[in-house]
Amino acid sequence: MSTVGAATAGRAGKEPVAVVGIGQTKHVAARHDVSIAGLVREAAVRALEDAELTWADIDAVVIGKAPDFFEGVMMPELYLADALGAVGKPMLRVHTAGSVGGSTALVAANLIAARVHGTVLTLAFEKQSESNAMWGLSLPVPFQQPLLAGAGGFFAPHVRAYMRRSGAPDTVGSLVAYKDRRNALKNPYAHLHEHDITLEKVQASPMLWDPIRYSETCPSSDGACAMILTDRSGAARSPRPPAWMLGGAMRSEPTLFAGKNFVSPKAGMDCAADVYRQAGIADPRREIDAVEMYVPFSWYEPMWLENLGFADEGEGWKLTESGVTELDGDLPVNMSGGVLSTNPIGASGMIRFAEAALQVRGQAGEHQVDGARRVLGHAYGGGSQFFSMWLVGAQPPTV
Amino acid sequence: MLGTPPAREIAVVAFGQTDHLRTTDELSEVEMLMPVLHEVLDRTGLKTSDIGFTCSGSSDYLAGRPFSFTMALDGVGAWPPISESHVETDGAWALYEAWIKLLTGEADTALVYAHGKSSPGSVRDVLTRQLDPYYVAPLWPDAVALAALQAQALIDAGDTDESALAGVAARSRAAAADNPHAQVPGPPPQGEYVVRPLRTGDCPPSRDGAAAVILAAGDRARKLCERPAWIRGIDHRIEAHSLGVRDLTDSPSTRLAAERAGAFERPVDTAELHAPFSSQEVVLRKALRLDDTVNVNPSGGALSANPVMVAGLIRIGEAAARIHRGESDRALGHATSGPCLQQNLVAVLEGDPR
Repeated sequence: MSTVGAATAGRAGKEPVAVVGIGQTKHVAARHDVSIAGLVREAAVRALEDAELTWADIDAVVIGKAPDFFEGVMMPELYLADALGAVGKPMLRVHTAGSVGGSTALVAANLIAARVHGTVLTLAFEKQSESNAMWGLSLPVPFQQPLLAGAGGFFAPHVRAYMRRSGAPDTVGSLVAYKDRRNALKNPYAHLHEHDITLEKVQASPMLWDPIRYSETCPSSDGACAMILTDRSGAARSPRPPAWMLGGAMRSEPTLFAGKNFVSPKAGMDCAADVYRQAGIADPRREIDAVEMYVPFSWYEPMWLENLGFADEGEGWKLTESGVTELDGDLPVNMSGGVLSTNPIGASGMIRFAEAALQVRGQAGEHQVDGARRVLGHAYGGGSQFFSMWLVGAQPPTV
Repeated sequence: MLGTPPAREIAVVAFGQTDHLRTTDELSEVEMLMPVLHEVLDRTGLKTSDIGFTCSGSSDYLAGRPFSFTMALDGVGAWPPISESHVETDGAWALYEAWIKLLTGEADTALVYAHGKSSPGSVRDVLTRQLDPYYVAPLWPDAVALAALQAQALIDAGDTDESALAGVAARSRAAAADNPHAQVPGPPPQGEYVVRPLRTGDCPPSRDGAAAVILAAGDRARKLCERPAWIRGIDHRIEAHSLGVRDLTDSPSTRLAAERAGAFERPVDTAELHAPFSSQEVVLRKALRLDDTVNVNPSGGALSANPVMVAGLIRIGEAAARIHRGESDRALGHATSGPCLQQNLVAVLEGDPR
C-alpha cells in the first residue's frame, strides 16, 4: 500500500451512477399470499426485467428496512440472501429509520461511484401486516413517556407550530391529501385507490391527532421497491433510458435538543444544499421540474417545500393552495400519490427515489410529468432528524 | 477488481474499546459509548466537527426497542448536522460503508462505532430471531446448538477433535491475559458440555461493550497517526441461510472475501478472527489458509469477550492497533454475522515499512 503515491491514485473523480431498472410490488394493506422473501423477490425480479438483466449480472445487494420489530425478524437480510440472489456476493443492510429507503439507495450508489462494483441491486421493503406499526413505533417505558400513540402523536405538534408560524389557512392540509389521493389513482402500484374521494370527504374525516385527520394520514402497507444501479458502461447497455444521479446526500441531527427547529430542521436544509451543490442547482424552484417528497402527514408538503428551498419560510402553503404542486402544476409534488397513498415504511424512501427516476426516464405512465428532466427524491425519518435525498436527471452529470 | 489496489489510500488511524462487562445495568448505551468516542477523538486530536462521515452498527433486537441507534447518535454530538449512516449488523460493516464513502472522495475522515448491550436479554435466545421466520425460528434453535452442529460436523470430517477445540479455547484465554478489556479472570476450565460437543470453554462469554475506529485518507492519515494501518482491501460475502444446503465445515464466503481483499497475495503475520466458538476458528483457519507462523487472535478473540454487534469491529481494530504499535506489518481482520458463519468480512491492513 505504501507504494501507492498520491491520495487519489490514478482514477480521479467519482464514477457516474445510473438507474437502469425499477421494480415495485402492488402495495396493499396485507400481502397474505407471499412470504417476506416472496415479497422482496417480486420487486427485485421486476427491476431485473426492466433492466433486461439477470441475477448473474448483479455484483452486490444493498437492502434497507425500518425497525426489525415490524416483521419480528432480527436482521432479515440473512434469511433473504437466497431470495435476492446474494449467495456468494456482498450483501449490506442499512437502517436509518424512515429515511432508510433513500439512504439504502445512496449506499448502493456509492459502491458504484467508488468503482468497487459495476452493477448493484438495491431494495427496500416493509411487510407491516406482520405486526402493528403504530404500536411498533411507540417506544415503551422507560424510553419515552407513555403520552404518544404512533408517529402522528409525535408530529402533530410540529404541524400545529407550522400553522401558527406561517398563518396558513386550516384547509391546506386537506388540499394536499385530496391531491395525493387523486394522483394515486393514476399509479397502478399505489396502495390507496379511493375512486370516490372528494375534498369534502377529506375534510369530514375523523380527527386523529389534531390537526391531522384520518384522510391526511399515511396508510400502513406491505410493499417492496427495487432498483438496479450501474456505471457508465452498464448504462450504455441499458435497453431503456437511464436516470442519472446528479447529487445525493444524507444528514442527521439529534432527536431532541434546546433550539431544535422541528418545523424546518437544519439537517434537511443542509442535506438539500449539499445535493444542489453537487448538481450545480442555484435556484431549485426554477431548475427542478418535480419532487417526490416524504409526506406522511399532509401538512409536511408545505413544510418540506420551505425546508428544501422551493419556497421562502412561511410561504410553502401558498404553492400548495394555488395548485403549483398539482400533477399539472408548475412544480408537481408526489405525482405517484406519495406516502399519503402508500407507506411500507422502510420502502417509502426508496419509492420516492425510484419514482423520481421513473419521471426522468419518461416511464411514469399516467402520472408522468411532461418534460421532467430533473426530479428530486426525498426521505426523512426519526424525529425529523434523518434526511436522505437524491436529484436524478435525464442527462448524465457534466462535472 | 481482483489484485487492483484501492483507488485511494485509506487507513485505520485510531481504535478504542470499552472494558467488556457481563452486565452494565447502570449504563445506558450512550454512556457506554461516550468514553470510546472521546478516546479515539483525543488520540487523533480531531473534534466531532472535523469528521467527514459517521457510520455505526448495532441491533434493535439487543436493545429491545426500535431505532435504538438514534440515542447513540446523541452521544456523537450530531450538531451542527452531520453526514451519517447506520447498519443493522456488526460495526465491521459500518467500517466497510465508511471505507466506501472515503473511496468516493466525498470525505477524508470517518468515525465508525458499534455498541452492543446484550445483558438485558438472553442473547442465546435473541439470536434465534435471526433464523428463517417460517421454517426454523419457530423451533427456537439457539446459537450454541447451531454452533454445536457445526462443531460435530467438523469432528465427523476429521478436521478437529474435542481436545484440539480445548486447545483453541485455552490459547485464546491465555492471550486475553494481556488484554485489559477482555475481562476474563485467568484461564477458566473447559467445563461441562453446554451443547455436546461444545463445552463452556468453547463458547463466547456474553458481554456488553462498545468500540470506535477513525479512518482517514492519504496524507491526513499520516498526520493523525504515526504508523497508520493502511487498508489494502476489504470485501464481504454472504452464503445461503439454510444450514441444510451449506457445508458447515467450510467457509467459501470467507475464502472469496479474503481473495477479493488481497489476503492471499502475501502472507499476513497476524490474524484477528471473529470466531465466537472455538470450532469456528478451525473453519476460518482452513478458509484463510493460516498456518502456525501466523499469530492468531493475540487479543484473545471473541472467546474472551464477545459484545454482540461489536466483536467484528474489534477484530479489525485490534489488527490495526498492532500495526500502530509496530507489532505487525500485515494483518488480517475478520468479522462474521449470522448463524454458523453465514456472512463474513475480511480486511487486510498493512503498516509502512519500518
